[in-house]
Amino acid sequence: MPIKTDAVGKEWPGTTYQVGREKIKEYANALGIDNPVHFDVDAARAAGFRDVAAPPMFAVVYSGPALGPVLFDPEVGMNFAAMVHGGQVFEWGEPVCSGDEITTSSKCLSIDEKDGKGFYVFETVSVNQDGAEVVRGTWTNIVRGV
Amino acid sequence: MSEPNVGDRAPELSVTPDKYLPHRYAGASGDFNPIHIDPEFAKAVGLPGNILHGLYSMGLVARANAALADGDPRALKRLSVQFRGMGAPEQEIVVSGTVKSVDGDRVVVDTVAQQGDTTIIKNAEAEVQL
Repeated sequence: MPIKTDAVGKEWPGTTYQVGREKIKEYANALGIDNPVHFDVDAARAAGFRDVAAPPMFAVVYSGPALGPVLFDPEVGMNFAAMVHGGQVFEWGEPVCSGDEITTSSKCLSIDEKDGKGFYVFETVSVNQDGAEVVRGTWTNIVRGV
Repeated sequence: MSEPNVGDRAPELSVTPDKYLPHRYAGASGDFNPIHIDPEFAKAVGLPGNILHGLYSMGLVARANAALADGDPRALKRLSVQFRGMGAPEQEIVVSGTVKSVDGDRVVVDTVAQQGDTTIIKNAEAEVQL
């Protein structure tokens, strides 16, 4: 049976995430990142940020939730039990700081079959409260035995 | 990194995630997939034990590359990775990189993350503004 590709080009509406200082601190601590701009508002402002700054990979915290409804969409029809995260790209724009409200929308870029595996590629685009793009993510999920 | 040249090695980053790191990362990231935090569940689905989140390992690759610009979160412009072997807690992760190209104050660094002989992130490419 050929892989189902109905969802290619489908777009999902944005989900919004409110960025907070304590969440940035929690993320930075888990990664062992110790730059004071992630912990201390005065240090962040002295370095030119509006408020405590998020590390770049904090992108997973605010943009990841947008993918939930995408991965569970029956039109996508992915077999979770056999899914692995195969690759990831982030391209960063405006820095993200505490107090920002980030809205992330999603799109299915491609679904392909190769060597008995399904390659599902999704894009997320995250913008801040001023409409400036903060990150663009490309998420590749691989499903074995499609 | 001052005056980088193609072929220069980036400073290595070594981190040994403790037994409970996957739990803290789960809380920080919101990804509570039991394969990362429940060794019994992980074994029941054929894994050797609970495995590290791939995006945690990618976070270490980002940290290592931001360190080239003194940890400035604005420095990392783009990061592309492929996830390969599974990472495990309580084993040292070594992130190492080599400068692939230099364009003014922007460098592209080829980066890998390894645990012993296992490559957990390969073909990582980081674009960093120095």
